[in-house]
Amino acid sequence: MASTVAPVTADAEPIKGTSLWQDAWRRLFRNRLAVAGLVVVSVVIVASILGPPIIKATTGYTYDYIPRDVELIKAFPPFTAPDGSFSWTHPMGTDNAGRDVLARVLLGGRISLMVGLISTLVSLIIGITYGATAGYFGGSIDEAMMRIVDVLYALPYMMIVIVLLAMFGGQSPFSQLILLFVSLGAVSWLTMARIVRGQVLSLKQQEFILAARATGVSPFRIVARHLVPNTLGPVIVYATLTIPSVMLLEAFLSFLGVGVQAPLASWGSLSADGVANIAVFPWQILCPGVTMALTLFSLNFLGDGLRDALDPQMRKG
Amino acid sequence: MAEAPLLSVRNLRTYFDEDGRVVKAVDDVSFEVGKGETVGVVGESGSGKSVTSLSIMRLVPMPPGRIASGEVIFDGQSLLTLSDRQMRSLRGKRIAMVFQDPMTSLNPFLKISTQLMEVTQLHLGHSKAEARAHAIEMLELVGIPDAARRMDQYPHEFSGGMRQRVMIAIALSCRPQLLIADEPTTALDVTIQAQILDLIRKLKRDTGTSVVLITHDLGVVAGMADRIIVMYAGHVFETAPTKELFARPGNPYTRGLLLSVPDVTDMTRGELYQIPGLPPDVSRLPPGCPFAARCDRAEAICHEVFPPLVQLSTQHHSLCHFAADVYQQPMQRTVAAADA
Repeated sequence: MASTVAPVTADAEPIKGTSLWQDAWRRLFRNRLAVAGLVVVSVVIVASILGPPIIKATTGYTYDYIPRDVELIKAFPPFTAPDGSFSWTHPMGTDNAGRDVLARVLLGGRISLMVGLISTLVSLIIGITYGATAGYFGGSIDEAMMRIVDVLYALPYMMIVIVLLAMFGGQSPFSQLILLFVSLGAVSWLTMARIVRGQVLSLKQQEFILAARATGVSPFRIVARHLVPNTLGPVIVYATLTIPSVMLLEAFLSFLGVGVQAPLASWGSLSADGVANIAVFPWQILCPGVTMALTLFSLNFLGDGLRDALDPQMRKG
Repeated sequence: MAEAPLLSVRNLRTYFDEDGRVVKAVDDVSFEVGKGETVGVVGESGSGKSVTSLSIMRLVPMPPGRIASGEVIFDGQSLLTLSDRQMRSLRGKRIAMVFQDPMTSLNPFLKISTQLMEVTQLHLGHSKAEARAHAIEMLELVGIPDAARRMDQYPHEFSGGMRQRVMIAIALSCRPQLLIADEPTTALDVTIQAQILDLIRKLKRDTGTSVVLITHDLGVVAGMADRIIVMYAGHVFETAPTKELFARPGNPYTRGLLLSVPDVTDMTRGELYQIPGLPPDVSRLPPGCPFAARCDRAEAICHEVFPPLVQLSTQHHSLCHFAADVYQQPMQRTVAAADA
């Protein structure tokens, strides 16, 4: 019997390694609708960040600047100067107080996107922690935790959020915003927890988890290092789809008046402001409305594309 | 063995409570592994060999499973009484395990380097750089070419045999005193199988690790083990040094197993022998010897009374009413043990 270890023959040419993420990325790029969605969302995000300072520098308008000249304190249609000629000053017109709608829509974009992102982040953190714990421990702990989720699911959440916001809000626009982040995040973590728990339950059976335990890795590290990263596929998809639904919830709340407060604006509050004048000055609701709709569509297309891109990978793993 | 054995399993009983029945997967198993020894554990599927090794590592899922009684003493320490944390500090560091299917034993979403480095960072307190250097060393030791570059690849970029080498590298990273290999070559081609077994043998020689080699393949243990334990229905049916087991088995079951191995030199083209019947359901064993229903020399007593463990020579024991008779009878065919 040979006493030396026969080495495996070396490869002729260097192989470039690909991770499963790179595969998924490539698949995503082939999906034109998803790419379009990605582009639109990126444009909206960039515009929301860079737009307001640019507008301030060029036209001097911010989201709450009301012109001193009484002549300008009225609603102008898009691209129209006070005398009726074409003007670049207000690409989306003004509202009844003479404020530039574009600046307000971009601020609204900042606020709405922030609410969407941060609330989703809150729901991600709570949901992943809760779901991974329930899934890993299984048994009666899992049962108890999931029954709690079932009960919470049954609660009429919107009512509770509305009551909370009406009762505790109103100290300042910013504290209202924080309250919004937390309450919307608290609403959306339930499904995330279920998804993560399901993934963890099935992954737990895989042999590499047993192999990891056999090398002495602690339960916390197994969950954090081996299980949660493997659940990221569905988590990313669900998060990308949660953002638009949270934004819609916020718009609804702001429309009712309990969401974002003046002088801050969100797409929802702008729509609320504009609805009164829908017959005479339609751009006041159309501009924020269409922008919001475009962004939500794009996020949904992106989310669907991500699901298609990441799903075969999930089946492989 | 003059010095104390490294691993001593005594009267281990691991039961599973399922649907009101009790599945006695491991029922009164005892054996020892000395320092630097290779012990082969042989048995059919369902004989309890895997559950035995999982019990030693305390990786048996405890809701349905439980260690009903027994002792496992490793290097003077009782493993069954250790806390979870103490057990975790042992696993991977002093006792390591290699599993059957290399396709699923590695985390598909992490690079090889991450999985290799995790062990030494955890148990030896290596920094990232130290762990990386050590990992490359281990990969070279197990025969992975271009180790430094292949470190950063993912498991799906390796073939089955190479993945098993990686598993072995992970297992031996901390120079454990005991390596438990649960069917390490079952999922591999025969030629790769030979390479992996060569590798284990070489590493064992270089590091002095004791090995428990679990397999259903007699050919594998013939060339690797110093002593063999034959398990059936959760019991140890026979234990003997390798050469003696093959030359003079003391148990009808072992005899049956040996006869079942086709003899490549046999030109008569007669029918292949197989032990009649199937392994029993270990949750519903009849009284008496678990093998009685399939045994060709079973008598009335075998169906009624559980057989005694008979000592046939210093290291040879057999669980059978007629062990001495079986031992006296020469083997009809000798299966030549490959030169070790």
